[in-house]
Amino acid sequence: MAWQWFHRLGSPRWFYEKTTPWLPWLATLSIALIVTAAVWGLAFAPADFKQGNSYRIIYIHVPAAFLALAGYYIMAISGAVGLIWKMKLPFMVMKSAAPIGALLTFVSLVTGSIWGKPTWGTWWEWDARITSMLILFFLYLGMIALQQAFQHRDTADKASAVLALVGMVNIPIIYKSVDWWNTLHQPATIKFTSKSSIDPSMLYPLLMMVIGFYCFYALVLLLNTRVEILRRENRTQWVNDLVSAINKRA
Amino acid sequence: MHPLRKQRLMIVIFIVVFSSVAVGLMAYALRENINLFYPPSKIAAGDVPHNTRIRAGGCVKPGSVQRASDSLEIRFLITDGTADVKVNFNGILPDLFAEGEAAVINGIVTESGEINASEVLAKHDENYVPPEVAETMKDKGEHQKTCEGLKYGA
Repeated sequence: MAWQWFHRLGSPRWFYEKTTPWLPWLATLSIALIVTAAVWGLAFAPADFKQGNSYRIIYIHVPAAFLALAGYYIMAISGAVGLIWKMKLPFMVMKSAAPIGALLTFVSLVTGSIWGKPTWGTWWEWDARITSMLILFFLYLGMIALQQAFQHRDTADKASAVLALVGMVNIPIIYKSVDWWNTLHQPATIKFTSKSSIDPSMLYPLLMMVIGFYCFYALVLLLNTRVEILRRENRTQWVNDLVSAINKRA
Repeated sequence: MHPLRKQRLMIVIFIVVFSSVAVGLMAYALRENINLFYPPSKIAAGDVPHNTRIRAGGCVKPGSVQRASDSLEIRFLITDGTADVKVNFNGILPDLFAEGEAAVINGIVTESGEINASEVLAKHDENYVPPEVAETMKDKGEHQKTCEGLKYGA
C-alpha cells in the first residue's frame, strides 16, 4: 500500500494530466524571477572592485553551471528508477533531461570562456574544472546519441540509463576539482557550510537567478517530458481522445 | 520492496560504486598530471624538468615587480610561502595581474632555476566585493592578506 502513490507517479497519463495546470504558473514564475534578477544583477548590483563590470556574467554562468550539474543527477536518478522499477515515465524524464543539460553545459562553457578572456587572459585552459565540464558536455551528447542508436525503445532506455549512472561519478569531480587540484578556475564562491565570499548586494540577485533557473529548468523538463509522453503513448486511447478534442476545437 | 527490484537496486548501486572506484583510482594515479601548474617550491627544489615547457603558479610577491622603462619587459617573483621563483616575461599582461594576486605562468625553466615565460595568466580569487566595501576593508587591514592561505600544493 505504501508504494501506491509511487506507482501512480509512474503512469504517463496521470503525470500528463497532473502537470497541465502547473505550466502557466511555472512559466510566469521563472520569467518574473529571471527578468527581475537580470535587471537587478546587471544594472543595480555594484561592480566588483577588481574585475569591474566583467564579473556580471556570473549571473548567467553560475546558474547555468548549477543546473547542468543538478540536471545530470535528475537524469541519472530517473534512469536508476526506470531500471529498478521498470516504469515508463522515468525513462521519458531521463531522455527529456539530456538535451536541456547539454544546452546548459554549453552555456556555462561559453560564458566561462567569455569571462576568462578579460580576467585570466585566455579563452581556454585545460585545467581540471574546465576539462571535467567539457566531459560532462560529451556525456550529455552521448546520452542523446545513445537514445537514437537503438531500434528498440527498451534497449535504448536501458543502455542510456547505464551510461547516465556511470557518468554520475563526474559530478562530484567537477564540483571538487578546484579543491583537489591546482586549477586556473577559482574555488567555489557560494558555500553551503560557511559564509559565501561574495558581498550580499551581489549575492541576492545571484540566488534569485539560481531559483529562476531552477523554475525554468522544471518548466522545460516538464514540456519536454510531455512531448515524449505523447510520442510514446500515441497508440493509447487517452492520447487519441486528447488529439481529437484539440482537432474539434480547431 | 519486491525481491526482484531489490536485486536490480543492488545492480544499480554496484554500477555507481564500481565506476566511481575505477575513476577514483585513475584520478589518483594521474593526480600529478591533473594539476595545472607546479608550485614554486617544487621548481626551487629541482623537481621540475629544465628546458621544457611547463606551467608554474603562485602568488606574485608584493614589491617584486620590476618593469623596464622602454619595453614590455617585466620581472617578478612568484611564491607559495616556502620558496620564490624568478619570472622573466616580455609581453602583454592580463588586466587582473597585480602584486599580491595569484598568477599562472607558461614558460621554460632555465638551468639557473628562473622561468622565461611566454604567457602570463591571472588567477583571480573567489571574492566579489563592491569598491566601497573593499576600501573600508583595506582601512581595517582585513583585505591585505596576499594570496590568502597560499595553498598551491606545496
